[in-house]
Order: sequence, then structure tokens, then C-alpha cells
Amino acid sequence: MIDAQTALAQRMDARFGDQVNRVASTCRELTYELDKDDLIQVATALRNEADFGFEMLIDVCGVDYLNYGSDEWTTNSASGTGFSRGVEREPVILDEADEFDPRRFAVVYHLLSIQNNIRLRLRVHTGTANPPIVNSVVDIWNGANWFEREVFDLFGILFEGHPDLRRILTDYGFVGHPFRKDFPIMGNVEVSYDADQGRVVYKPVTIEPRTLVPRVIRDDNRYSADLKDVTTDG
Amino acid sequence: MAEIQSYTMNFGPQHPAAHGVLRLVLEIEGETIQKADPHIGLLHRGTEKLAETKPFNQSIGYMDRLDYVSMMCNEHGYVLAIEKLLGVEVPTRAQYIRVMFDEITRILNHLMWLGAHGLDIGAMTMFLYCFREREDLMDCYEAVSGTRMHATYYRPGGVYRDLPETMPKYAESKFRSKKELDRMNSVRGGSMLDFVEDFTKRFPACVDEYETLLTDNRIWKQRTVNIAVVSPERAMQLGFTGPMLRGSGVEWDLRKKQPYAAYDQMDFDIPVGVNGDCYDRYLVRVEEMRQSNRIIKQCVDWLRDNPGPVIAEDHKITPPKRVEMKDDMESLIHHFKLFTEGYCVPEGESYAAVEHPKGEFGVYIISDGANKPYRVKIRAAGFAHLSAMSEMVEGHMLADVVAVIGTQDIVFGEVDR
Repeated sequence: MIDAQTALAQRMDARFGDQVNRVASTCRELTYELDKDDLIQVATALRNEADFGFEMLIDVCGVDYLNYGSDEWTTNSASGTGFSRGVEREPVILDEADEFDPRRFAVVYHLLSIQNNIRLRLRVHTGTANPPIVNSVVDIWNGANWFEREVFDLFGILFEGHPDLRRILTDYGFVGHPFRKDFPIMGNVEVSYDADQGRVVYKPVTIEPRTLVPRVIRDDNRYSADLKDVTTDG
Repeated sequence: MAEIQSYTMNFGPQHPAAHGVLRLVLEIEGETIQKADPHIGLLHRGTEKLAETKPFNQSIGYMDRLDYVSMMCNEHGYVLAIEKLLGVEVPTRAQYIRVMFDEITRILNHLMWLGAHGLDIGAMTMFLYCFREREDLMDCYEAVSGTRMHATYYRPGGVYRDLPETMPKYAESKFRSKKELDRMNSVRGGSMLDFVEDFTKRFPACVDEYETLLTDNRIWKQRTVNIAVVSPERAMQLGFTGPMLRGSGVEWDLRKKQPYAAYDQMDFDIPVGVNGDCYDRYLVRVEEMRQSNRIIKQCVDWLRDNPGPVIAEDHKITPPKRVEMKDDMESLIHHFKLFTEGYCVPEGESYAAVEHPKGEFGVYIISDGANKPYRVKIRAAGFAHLSAMSEMVEGHMLADVVAVIGTQDIVFGEVDR
């Protein structure tokens, strides 16, 4: 007997063929990557067709893959200042490039089927467009409205067809998209009250950046690829 | 007489019925709401971004501060996602402890909700009653973790320590007599499990008391029946989970349908509403408290009979015992590495969802193999519920806005993150 997840994977491959790409998972979860032009068509089918029945959109999550797989431990020179390791000293210049790396931004959708009791994850890369843009799924799952607003606010990814794409979590008048990896953790501006001017003013941040625990990636043979229970083939 | 035109009104963010910092911009025609536009983010602390800059274990404490009335359930979601990536086995006793504390947390949350919801729409006494029982449960938190709210008790691989043999007691004070003190400390003589068991015996009568005050109360019914009706199809379309979905009649509970920890061993029922209005959601939550009480009782019985380890023995992930560090070099190294650098989590992604008191609380972690998560996304139930605010209050009176905020069980710690 095959389990529900394998059965779903087979149905997915049979129905969508080359449109969707299964991603290997170590956690017994189904993940598919698809082209952003196919998103609406695939999502509509996933919701409407009885084989899938994903009537709920659980979550929409933006991801910025800019620093994926890089660590902060490797340095070229010995450092005398303890906390400087892993700190980017150069000021961050906001990306003015015409094109992004096509794998940089992604939008991840978590779907849930209540009738079939199964979950599915879809990932769409936004491609090279600047600003990044994908189609909105609000018409398919109305609950996507705020989730997409959040992704727009935090990552600057636009959603075509969204009825009301405004910032949601950040302050009124906020500049930038704070969850992008090139946005510093302490922000770009700080707020203080200026007694002379009698109002609140914005100034560049004065906090020294420091990293208490550097980011490291260690090769752990316990997790090496040949020992993994990678479920690629259904 | 001049014709009354629709106008825009601001509600909050500093409003006692706004459950924290909700700002609503309401378009009103007379006293009827035409549109509500919630402005959120006033409590946004960037938890997810902060988590990206810290080793995995250091973010557990942030999870408590998300939904700050159901602390341990948040932790549970986060540690489950890490455990999924690491592939660690959690000892059975730890799973039962987690289930017990999840349910204690559910009662804590629902009591807070019931008290605040009651207070919002005119039942002052409820608030006082609910906080009386909350106090006992907070003491359980204190006994097990040392803090009454932000416990940081769940760790990847288990829970931080076993249940204590003593309960914290009230101290002498000039404000209470010896007799009063003895009465208050009378149930605190034994172990924590004794105290919890005593609570489970007392609690059903307390719920009866709440129901006597509200369930058939004419005013309560006038304020909740047929207010903010949501059909099951609409609830699913809007991404509702938890009591909001069950109130609309969809029988969906992760504890039953996708069991985690030791929930598959538990005997309990899922209450489901019929009409999908505020009153049904009230009934669902009250019944959930009774069911939680049943689960706690089962956990207490099991935990009494089955001693054992409460955290995995894998010292790459969990700290070694203090005493082992005194004469074992390897333990000392493990301890040092764990608390300076943390542990590296294999590359991959995982999504773990728990049946949080408010709905589905999900944590999505992407790891690139480092000692810090590459991306953490917290799926908060309240976020989806609040996004349906406009639809739920449309056509209702201004006073019903407060009832709807109450019925959604909004806590801004998790909505804004």
C-alpha cells in the first residue's frame, strides 16, 4: 500500500507533467517548484480538482536566497577585534541593478487539503525582474490578501492582480524592505526627539554592528547525502 | 434635517477593547459599519529576522513572546520544526509533558480570552473568575521553568528538565492571616503532578460556573448570537483555523487529524459549532477547555507511572548533565560547543504545525546547513483571522466590532511578530 503523500506525488506528476518539479526533502514533505507563469493555472487546478482539493492556503512566505550557503567564519586576515568577525563593514548600497539573480527571490505557498488531509508546498522563483513580481493568488484563495501584502512589505515582491497592495507591518513612511538579506539587522535610520526643532527626527544609525555568534556551516557526516533518506522518487 | 453622511472613524491603537495595539479605520454610515481597515504592525519586532541572526536554540525565548498568552504552544511549533530537520527522537515522557503543558496553555489562553471577551461586551465578573484559575496554571509554569510566562521550557530533543517534586508556595505576609495562608498553600504540599491533578478535579466546576454566568445569559446572547456569521466554505477560503474554523462547523483539529507529540494516545473530542457566529465560537472554546482538562488528567496518570528521560541523549543538540562535565572531557567540549556555537542543522526545509489555542501555528524553517536558520517564517493563526475583520463586521453595529475582535481571539504578539 502506498501512503497518501506518494499517491499525491503521482497524481501531481500525472496531471502537471513538466510544469512542476519535485524537490527532494528529508522531512517527508512534498515540495514542488514551478515557473511563475504557470502559477495561476496550477493553483486553480489544485484548488478545484477533486484529486487535489487544496481548499486552504495556509501561508505565503517570501524568501531571499542572496546569502544562501555562505558562512561568516572564513576570514582572510587575523582579526584583533573580537566581535568584528562576520560583520559587513561596507555600507549596503541598495540594489540598483537592472536584473536580479533569477534564483534570488522566491515565494513559498503552503497548501492544506482538509478533505484529503494532506499538505503541499509550492515554490515560485520571481526571475530576473526588478522589482520582482509574481501573479497574485488572491482570487483563488481570498485569505492570501494579507499574506501577500506582508511579502510585499518585507521583501518588495510585487503581486500582479492584488486588490490592495500596501505595506502592512512596517511603519507609515518606511523606506526599504527589511527582510531582504542586504538590509542590515539594525536598520538604516534611527529616531530621536530633537529639542531644538521640537519634533521627532530620523538620522542614520549610530549603533556599531557586531556579531556575537558567527554563522558557520560544518560538514557533518551524519547528515551526508548518502545517509539521507532523500525522497525523490515518490 | 441634514442628511447623515458616512464618515470615517479611528479606533485604537490605544483602546482597551483593541486587545493590544490594533488600529482600525472604520467607515461608518450612522452606526453601521461599511468597511473596516485594520492597521497592524505596531508591535512588529522582526522576530523572524532576529531569529536569522542567532543560533537555533537562542530563538526559543522569542517564541514565548509571540503569542504571549499561549507561550509553550509557540515553542512547541518551533522545536518541532527543528526536530524534523535534525531527525531527533524525542523521549516519550517528554512528549507527554509537552502534551500536558500544551493543554495547560490552551486553558490559560482560553481563560484569558473568555475573561477579556466577557469584559469587552459587558461581563465584568468573568474577568475576575478567569484570572483566579489562570493564577494556578501560571504557578505550574513557574514550578517547571522558573518563570510565570516566558518559559523557554521546550528544547529541540525534549524539555529542559523533569517535572519538579515541589510547588512554589505563598509566603507569609502581613496582608493575609495564618489561616488564609494555610488554605492557599494546602494544595501545594505535594509534587507538581499532585497540584495539577487537584486542578483538574476543581476545574470542571469552575467551567460550570462560567457557563452559569454566560451561556444562557440574555445579554450575552444578544451580543453574540448571529453576530459575524461565517459559513464553512468562507472560513476555509479565508484561511481560518482552530476554533474559528470549528465554530463554522468544520471538524478539523490537528491534534486528531495530523497528531504530533503524544496526541494519538489521548482520548478527547472535537467540539464543532453549527451557525458559525460568535456564540458558537464561544461554546466551542468553552468545550475545548473541558476537553483539555480531560487530556491533562490522562497525561498526569501516565506521567506518574512512567519515569524516564525527558530530553534526548544526543549531546550535539542537548546539553550534557552538569555533573558529567566535572570529570568528563567530552561532555565539557560538548557543553562549550553547544553554548558558544550551537549546532548545525542539515540543509533542507521543514514546516511544522501545531494546534495552537488560536488555530494553526506553523513554523517554516529553511536551513542551509549553518548553526543559524536561513529563514524562519511564523504562520500565526491570528494574522489570517484579522485579515477577515472587514468582512466579518460589515453591516454590523459599531458595538459589534468589539465583539468580533473578542471572538477572533486576537493577540498582537503573534499577528505582528
